[in-house]
Amino acid sequence: MLRARLRKRFPAGPGSAEFALQLDLTAGSGVTVLFGPSGAGKTLTLDCIAGFVRPDEGRILLDDQILFDGAARVSLPPRKRRCGYVFQNYALFPNMTLRQNLEFALHGRPRLERRRRIAQMLERFHLEGLQGRRPHELSGGQKQRCSIARALIGAPRMLLLDEPARGLDAPLRAELYATLRQVRNDYRIPILLVTHDLDECFELGDDIVVVREGRMVQSGIPHEVFDRPASFAVAQLLGLHNLLSVEIVALDPLRKSSRLRYLECEIEGPYFPGHLIGDRVWICVRPRQIMAAPRPSRVAPNQIPVTLERVRERVHGLRLEFSGDLAAEDSNGNADEARRVKDWVVEIPPAAMRLL
Amino acid sequence: MAIDWFPLWLSLRVAAISTAAAVVIGLWVAWLLANREFRGRELLDAAVTLPLVLPPTVLGYYLLVLLGRATPIGRVYEWMFGGPLVFTWQAAVVAAWLHAMPLLVKSARAAFESVDHSYERAARSLGAPEWLTFARVTLPLARRSILAATALAFARSLGDFGVTIMFAGNIPGRTQTLAVAIYEAVESGNGALARTLVLVISAVALGIIWFANRMGARAFGGRRAPEPF
Repeated sequence: MLRARLRKRFPAGPGSAEFALQLDLTAGSGVTVLFGPSGAGKTLTLDCIAGFVRPDEGRILLDDQILFDGAARVSLPPRKRRCGYVFQNYALFPNMTLRQNLEFALHGRPRLERRRRIAQMLERFHLEGLQGRRPHELSGGQKQRCSIARALIGAPRMLLLDEPARGLDAPLRAELYATLRQVRNDYRIPILLVTHDLDECFELGDDIVVVREGRMVQSGIPHEVFDRPASFAVAQLLGLHNLLSVEIVALDPLRKSSRLRYLECEIEGPYFPGHLIGDRVWICVRPRQIMAAPRPSRVAPNQIPVTLERVRERVHGLRLEFSGDLAAEDSNGNADEARRVKDWVVEIPPAAMRLL
Repeated sequence: MAIDWFPLWLSLRVAAISTAAAVVIGLWVAWLLANREFRGRELLDAAVTLPLVLPPTVLGYYLLVLLGRATPIGRVYEWMFGGPLVFTWQAAVVAAWLHAMPLLVKSARAAFESVDHSYERAARSLGAPEWLTFARVTLPLARRSILAATALAFARSLGDFGVTIMFAGNIPGRTQTLAVAIYEAVESGNGALARTLVLVISAVALGIIWFANRMGARAFGGRRAPEPF
């Protein structure tokens, strides 16, 4: 269990704005994903926990051991923190063989134990027969597994991974995810993974912490965060579409419904407790929950007339992008047929609207 | 004509010992400069660089003032070793060391700073103490630049004239190094001896520079497969 309260300020310098990290973080065993755009302070957070960067204030607790306490002026050096760290470039020592790389982490332990652990790791991470090779003689996947094995061989109490999938092609990525799932099952330690890749959050994350400009903006189980983004900013970070700013024109608490105005149209919406008529609110709708159809001669109530702006072909069906920042998905449509029609209507079921 | 080869052997011995001392102390200073934040860091760097730019006679003067017979350090030395430091071949070692240090410290600091920090961080996160990180990671990764710098430092300390003559003097058969011997040969009109010694030391220096360049060229990718990182 990791509990961290981190405060670190960087004054504005030439070419860089002021940056302040203010993050409170809890990570139990399992994978916690730190998700956010570049420059949000994700890697800085890892570096603070590993001890490479000293926070200005705060406290880092790992299984009831204090790694850092600003008030008590306690700061363990990295080598005493027992945090395995997997670097973006793997940082395998180029002057050592794979075996020596693993052995380096067992410095000071008896020979028999070293042998046993190395054999165990080689088997677990499918590296048998490669002991004598140097990093530049290994394939990308082997390097990746070796760096994870090296980080784990000393039995750390926590594993930190800095964008391990960055720059990997799809098969290697899949291999990495499989390895990390195995690690999650084999080791009951907190695993903190930094990424700006959404798929990774869903593939691996037991928990997700969304970070923006040095602060946590939301945390929770990935699909819950995805279903209920706490704010416009989070929804934007998650790459959600159909973020609509609507005006409440009527509220009916008895029928649990409301009337909303968007693009000069009035549509039915769910009831928004705690809001008043005249309020503007952000709602968010998933593209596949929006119903789109070519515009009939008479537009029915609750339908919004729009024009088609772009059709994107994707792996699973089409994405139709309309005027007014609306997007819908059509899983079995034909792109050419869709392009032929310019005028459409879209309908948003009230149940699909999520208030931000 | 029989040539007295003593100055050559003395120069080689002095250069070897002073370079070895410069490597041991210089690497430590360079590591401090590259890794530790402390007050007076740039001052230390400047002080180490000074011998590169000061006139040799000034350095020799400083050495006499610091380590002469009347000074505290000079007295301690005399008490420990039973004789004064000045005007001995050991004094020539100190003079040569002074020339070797800046080359080593400057190059080693640059080499240490150019080592990708993620390797050192990885070593520390794996529980390695600082000395192990230095010995197994930093030093091997900076090895070629340091070897090149060591070769240059050796060549530099082989050729010192000014500091040596100020601090170790010119005693034939005892403190007369090659550079000093050449000076004396020219002064006394012994052209043949001067020519021979000049040719020998030029050849040695060329060889060393060739080695240093080879090391330097191979420091970043070279004959062995380039490091993938």
